[in-house]
Amino acid sequence: MSVPTDSPTAGHESERAATREAPLALRMIGISKTFGSTRALVEVDLDVRPGEVHALVGENGAGKSTLMKVLSGALQPDAGRMILQGRPYAPRGPLDARDARVAMIYQELSLAPDLSVEENVLLGAEPTALGFVRRRHMRSQVEEALRLLHHPDIRPGARVGDLSIGAQQLVEVARALAAKARVVVMDEPTSSLGQADTEVLFEVIRRLRDSGVSIIYISHFLEEVRAVADRFSVLRDGRAVGTGEVASTPTSEIIRLMVGRELAEMYHRTPHEIGPVVLDLSALTGRKMPQNADLALCRGEILGIAGLIGSGRTELVRAVFGLDEVVSGQVRVDGLSTTGWKPPRMLKRGVGYLSEDRKTEGLAENLTVVDNLTLSRLEPYVSFGFLSRRRAREAAREWIRRLGIRTRGPDQPITGLSGGNQQKVALARLLHQEADVLLLDEPTRGIDVGSKVDLYALIGELAAQSKAILWISSYLPELLGVCDSLAVMHRGLLSEKRPVSDWTPEAIMRVATGGDASSPEPAAPEPAAEAAGHTPQRNASESPDPHPDEEAGE
Amino acid sequence: MTRDSQPELLETPRQAAHRRIINLLGPMIGLVLVVFAGGIAEQRMEGSLNYWSPQNQCLILTQTVTVAIGAIGMTLVIISAGIDLSAGSVIALAAVASAWTVRELAPAGLAGLGGFEAVWVPVVAVIAGVAIGCLAGGANGFLITRLKLAPFIITLGMMTFARGAAKGIANMQRIDAPLNWISEFTAANLVLFRTNFHRVYDLPLLGEVHIGWVGPVAISPAVVAAVALAIGAAVLLGRMRFGRHVFAIGSNEATARLCGIRVERTKWLIYALAGMTFGLAGVTDFGRLSVGDPTTAMGKELDIIAAVVIGGGSLSGGAGSVFGSLIGALLMAHLRNLCVHLGLPNYVQEMVVGAVIVVAVTVDRLRQRRRD
Repeated sequence: MSVPTDSPTAGHESERAATREAPLALRMIGISKTFGSTRALVEVDLDVRPGEVHALVGENGAGKSTLMKVLSGALQPDAGRMILQGRPYAPRGPLDARDARVAMIYQELSLAPDLSVEENVLLGAEPTALGFVRRRHMRSQVEEALRLLHHPDIRPGARVGDLSIGAQQLVEVARALAAKARVVVMDEPTSSLGQADTEVLFEVIRRLRDSGVSIIYISHFLEEVRAVADRFSVLRDGRAVGTGEVASTPTSEIIRLMVGRELAEMYHRTPHEIGPVVLDLSALTGRKMPQNADLALCRGEILGIAGLIGSGRTELVRAVFGLDEVVSGQVRVDGLSTTGWKPPRMLKRGVGYLSEDRKTEGLAENLTVVDNLTLSRLEPYVSFGFLSRRRAREAAREWIRRLGIRTRGPDQPITGLSGGNQQKVALARLLHQEADVLLLDEPTRGIDVGSKVDLYALIGELAAQSKAILWISSYLPELLGVCDSLAVMHRGLLSEKRPVSDWTPEAIMRVATGGDASSPEPAAPEPAAEAAGHTPQRNASESPDPHPDEEAGE
Repeated sequence: MTRDSQPELLETPRQAAHRRIINLLGPMIGLVLVVFAGGIAEQRMEGSLNYWSPQNQCLILTQTVTVAIGAIGMTLVIISAGIDLSAGSVIALAAVASAWTVRELAPAGLAGLGGFEAVWVPVVAVIAGVAIGCLAGGANGFLITRLKLAPFIITLGMMTFARGAAKGIANMQRIDAPLNWISEFTAANLVLFRTNFHRVYDLPLLGEVHIGWVGPVAISPAVVAAVALAIGAAVLLGRMRFGRHVFAIGSNEATARLCGIRVERTKWLIYALAGMTFGLAGVTDFGRLSVGDPTTAMGKELDIIAAVVIGGGSLSGGAGSVFGSLIGALLMAHLRNLCVHLGLPNYVQEMVVGAVIVVAVTVDRLRQRRRD
């Protein structure tokens, strides 16, 4: 019954039409979950029919993963209930979910690389007799699951760590099959797969669906949703904002549901003048990402980089700053090539980098405000090899005043400050090291609204002091509200930079999700085409040009 | 679906089999190299070849028993991505505990007792040693899973704690226990065969060599027991559900948890089992010295860990084999024995062993990198 069968293609339609009448495979009713002061889920309803692929879409942080954790029993909801196959369902952990035949396939592969395929497929559910693993039983169960996947080519005895990523993903699907799952959740299953492996996975998903399994498919990539899903539900800010049939809903409508925010009146612009190019990237290519990134950043310019998490934005700035290897292409600062320079030289050259990971990379957690602030440039306070703590403290006091950092004083441990004030200290460090080019990676992530407004104003003032700012953010309204120009990244490819007035949230999301480029909206037809186009042409047409634009950014 | 869209295996089955054999052969080849080079060195420096004698080879087997038994338990711990630094101290604690048991139960010596007591008093002593090891290991496992602290920290604490406890039981002295069959069991008195080569040979490659291979070739019964224990542990690790869960936890703990493996309980059991092997190792140590010495086996944990790593155990978990660890233990014993035969002072021995540990861990890192 639960085992997918190789039913012939004829008759699928009637079968699936019949299942529509059947009771729902899963109902989630009024699910709410609060973490501290954040409302991650607010009375979310989700209905999944038997034998359908149901796409769950939404921006980063919309609550998709939280909702699925509730489904898998990893989190307990504060309110709401679930009905699975017509029966109440309240899992207390992964074992309950498995017993109820709900399977999760996570974004990060959850496999034990040192074990064999068969051991991974049946991990935690091995057939045993007196504690001994019944190998022959195990082998036949796993071979059955792999056969249903149409992948008998994967040897059950192979070590999983020796398989390609695509094959590993299939092993995870085999695990769901072997558990005879009726509801399979796939959380961004293609994020680590190439094109060919993605196609293979879609084949498998369709076969599973045709055998009556319900699949909840989480993705940002609308092209994938269109390719594989029957219905969709959109989450935004922890609320379910819409659901419908994929076939009868235009992509632009789904995007509108996903974005749906109004630009608030929190973006105060300080007038600033755009000067000459200071940071110039040509065909910059890293180990995996970015690919052939071209970009020119001018003095006094605030340039936003939009895109989804994992699209290669962080890799781009890390390559510029010399933290990651540059495979090919050029980085120039003030016309001088700095390709392959290490961070200390970049610092001296006036380039500063603010890590997205404030906790582990951005700040030294157990040091004080003054230590963190002056860490990257101690020279002014050193005489004859001795550090004058008094002078460093005085300087720190000055920065605390200028940036309005709320702290008890320079000697307070950094962990005693709020997130927003910690971020101001991190930013003050870049200014203290006299950086002219500021690479800011998600500077407003996880800080309160008040601090965000302060940071927006500060960034505007810095631009007015003709500093150049490269600003990565996943929050579109702030990019649209503060930046002069914007570029969008999608799977390692950087779109052309355009003035911010040329962009709409929908256009940005379309490029960022690789959405349908063939139906351009009037607002921004070109960036969409850009993202859909692939590297080779860009490579051929642009990389020979050694110094693309002298007068960019007017 | 087209043919070229099939995900490919990075290794063919044949290559995978080869790699597995090489992984197991690696330590073996290392051992053979040490033995070979050691013999040549001895001939060059001393003009003799006693290191190669069957008598000496079997003596090394007997000397390896303590480390080898400990390495069996440590293999479990290291495969689960843990570490147990308390091994040496727990060995001492168990040695003292079993010596104390014999002394308390038969203060006048076993000779005066009937046959029944002569058999059973040492049995109780063995059980006491293993039980106290199990207790120490169980405490390690309990604290690691309950306090959610790194095994390194917990077992470092246990290392000092168990050493102190051993000294406490022994009242800061050595416990002289009456002679009993544990000593017989760990002494080389299982005669395999006899050889009688005693003259100067002119061998190819080596030249003129004084060979004095005379007398019985014997191992201790404990060697046989250790091999039997190793076979049991290998079956546990390779064929039983518990063993595969040990690998799963070491390979990817989060996954193991997601798949419903009771990670905490399994870990707890791993450390308790390891503690039992250390306890048993302590009993053999007591048998060999026939006293319960609370300062015995200082730093033995490093020999044991090195044996496991040389034998293919990965400090990042997920890999290791019991037989590899035994070969590793043998290799460590050979190095020490070789230093004696070459007439090198004790401090050189220690420096050599230290260097080998670093080399073994470096090799582990290289292996790891090749796999990624």
